[in-house]
Amino acid sequence: MVDKIILEITRYSPEQDVEPRFESYEVPVYKEWVVLDALNYIKDKVDGSLTYRWSCRMGICGSCGMMVNGEPKLTCATFLSAYARNGNKVRVEPLRYFPVVRDLVTELSDFLVKLRNVKPWLIRKDEPPLSQGEFLQTPEQLERYKQFSMCINCTLCYAACPVVGLDPVFVGPAAIALAQRYNMDSRDQGADERMAVLAHPEGVWGCTFVGECTRVCPKHVDPAGAIQQYKLMAVLDWVKSFVMPRGHKSQGCPQ
Amino acid sequence: MCPHVGPVEAARLAPPLFGKAMDASLHDVLLVGGGGAGLRAAIAAAEVNPKLRIAVISKVYPMRSHTVSAEGGAAGVIKPDDSLDEHAYDTISGGDWLCDQDAVEAFAKEAPQELLQLERWGCPWSREPDGHIAVRAFGGMKKRRTWFAADKTGFHMLHTLFQTTLKYEPITRYDEWFVTKLLVDDGRVQGVVAIELMSGKIQAITAKAVILCTGGCGRVFPFTTNANIKNGDGMALAYRAGAPLKDMEFVQYHPTGLPFTGILITEAARSEGGYMLNKDGYRYLQDYNLGKPQPKPVLRSMELGPRDRLSQAFVKEDEKGRTIQTPYGSIVHLDLRHLGEKVINTKLPFVRELCLKYQNIDPVKELIPVRPVVHYMMGGVSTDINGATPLAGQYAAGEVACVSINGANRLGSNSLPECLVFGARAGEAAALFAAEQNAPDGNVLAQASDEQRRLETQFLRKTGGRERISTIREEMQTTVEKSAGIYREGSSLKEATNKLRELQERYHDINLDDRSRTFNTELEAALELGFMLDVAESIVQSALHRTESRGAHQRTDFPARDDNKFLAHSLICRNADGSSRVEYVPVKITRWAPGERVYGEQPQEKHEQPQAISAERAS
Repeated sequence: MVDKIILEITRYSPEQDVEPRFESYEVPVYKEWVVLDALNYIKDKVDGSLTYRWSCRMGICGSCGMMVNGEPKLTCATFLSAYARNGNKVRVEPLRYFPVVRDLVTELSDFLVKLRNVKPWLIRKDEPPLSQGEFLQTPEQLERYKQFSMCINCTLCYAACPVVGLDPVFVGPAAIALAQRYNMDSRDQGADERMAVLAHPEGVWGCTFVGECTRVCPKHVDPAGAIQQYKLMAVLDWVKSFVMPRGHKSQGCPQ
Repeated sequence: MCPHVGPVEAARLAPPLFGKAMDASLHDVLLVGGGGAGLRAAIAAAEVNPKLRIAVISKVYPMRSHTVSAEGGAAGVIKPDDSLDEHAYDTISGGDWLCDQDAVEAFAKEAPQELLQLERWGCPWSREPDGHIAVRAFGGMKKRRTWFAADKTGFHMLHTLFQTTLKYEPITRYDEWFVTKLLVDDGRVQGVVAIELMSGKIQAITAKAVILCTGGCGRVFPFTTNANIKNGDGMALAYRAGAPLKDMEFVQYHPTGLPFTGILITEAARSEGGYMLNKDGYRYLQDYNLGKPQPKPVLRSMELGPRDRLSQAFVKEDEKGRTIQTPYGSIVHLDLRHLGEKVINTKLPFVRELCLKYQNIDPVKELIPVRPVVHYMMGGVSTDINGATPLAGQYAAGEVACVSINGANRLGSNSLPECLVFGARAGEAAALFAAEQNAPDGNVLAQASDEQRRLETQFLRKTGGRERISTIREEMQTTVEKSAGIYREGSSLKEATNKLRELQERYHDINLDDRSRTFNTELEAALELGFMLDVAESIVQSALHRTESRGAHQRTDFPARDDNKFLAHSLICRNADGSSRVEYVPVKITRWAPGERVYGEQPQEKHEQPQAISAERAS
């Protein structure tokens, strides 16, 4: 006998529904199955109109984030069997704090704008020709920003962040961590340019250091750490502007 | 050669049923696909001329593209003990001499430049202690030349490229738009029809040149490392538009996928020193002409042999009853335990993460169960060395294309630099081509209206269909695996031909549960299935016609390589009546005469290649 479990899934179609509702589906529980496998089972066998995003099924493309029993999760990395004991019901909802397009699909365009606003690319004042070879970067220098470069843009941290919930303009954990990824890169010279966005009240100072973003991050990026680190950097920069009013430059990170 | 385009469809102008197919946005260069090749091509086109209107259209947000899953690395000669010729020779011999050697030479030469360029854009490549780029060994490569960013190389490359494109103003993005058709008029491609998933709007997006960068088609098979989005879209779009597909019979099985999920355990696990063990704990590859086991990895030997030979060895081992049976098929073991926790954490952190999260085992202490899994398509849309297809205005780069540098078997870590080198080449060529063209005319908009009508009548408004998408998809996958798997045979390929024809018929009887406009993923899945059925047919037909064994194409009824007849690329084209035909064009040989593929020699006794063209033909 295969175990069964009930999935309560948010359904919402703007063409038919005034507001989101829940629908229940009974699915088998195999020990290898993750929540996403159960969604695929429903879509393939029961109701082809169930709508959600997914792609790689190996926790790297960042598409399949949803609320599972109230927690932001990558559904491809969340075993169904872990919930089999909880009264045999699992609630699957779209990621919190995002507008819902349909069922489990959220609207991401605002997040994409925030990502772009922090200028997440290497900024250089000089561009030596390729023939001069690579910029040197020691493993220790790489280590300083490596963690912040692991973000898969799954947006679980936005769904976990109470500040995002209260203030949708807040730049948010992933975008700040990405800015810090470049600020801390020994090859980058663009921290000053990024300061304009990050030092804004809706930038790093919006964060009240709840730390939920770091707790839910499936890739251990530690956005909360990035934000704290950046606040410290910004304060030091501010202090320096009094000590050395002319010619001081933010170097991004202490070398 | 194949005819490139059909006659122009009659301009039947009818009011659109919804949306505005006439609302054509005009671009100079349109990229279909936003992965490694597509984004590299977009930047290249923007650098040719910043005034060009460039657009990237993708059915997913670009950072979701499947490049993100690539793990092990990207090959490019950079160290003083290495040479471009050696990279070329390894690639050509690894491809069982089916590679076009002019393309391989260009590839080897430009790969290091492209990887350096990516470094300049911020890619976090792993480093030597002194700060220089670090390289690792890879299967079939005689020198260490594979650049890596731990074991998330594709992820870091894709995010670096995506983030870099954000600074280019002329690049417009159509995120989550699904292309259903190429618009061809006056003998050239002039745009696409696409569905905006968010709204369901069906629209013509016109362009003076279109570059297909849609990746592979692993989902045609039941067990694959490929993401759900890898449905051969671009291959089918080109095939339907009249462009030939090249070498579609060559499908790569990667030897180490996790059972059930098909999640890839990177070849880097073996290049760092992992062992392949059968059920008796024996390093069985020594029985398959791949060298003798050594405690440390030896280049081009044993576990560092090429993927086709390792996957074939698994099948033979299975036939001997020396594998382990599981509910998800036979498996062997990949043993990393002797590498120790430190090496695994530094060099293979993703391998450990994937094993822990998805297989519930820790490779520091336990054996990893693995089996061959469909991974990569050597074949694809036939292009020249600049990514141009025979159909004017249409280009292709990356896995969707077949240049060909991969021949009958791709070497690990050649596909990421292929995306960069040929993405950049296609981007430049398309930008130059676009500058010479006039804007598309009304004929293509009429075609777009026809396409809109087709989507309405065949899917959204159709009543009475009886087939489920998943049923047809599963039958197709089983059919292709059974006939065009690691070993193939004429009679099962013929059976598969008939079965796929039946599935094509039944496909017209599909019923959708979902008739909404907003984010209709079931409609998308139906259209993807249509693409996959066409691609499946091209694989099976090409495999049936190649009556020899070469690289990843092994015919049990024709076990020998036959250079007299088949030192040639297959080209499959669709006839006007919907049937297909297979033709051949010769392989381009520049400097390396076809020889025997030799693996597993001891380093001190290896014969020094590359061989000159005058070398004795060994086959």
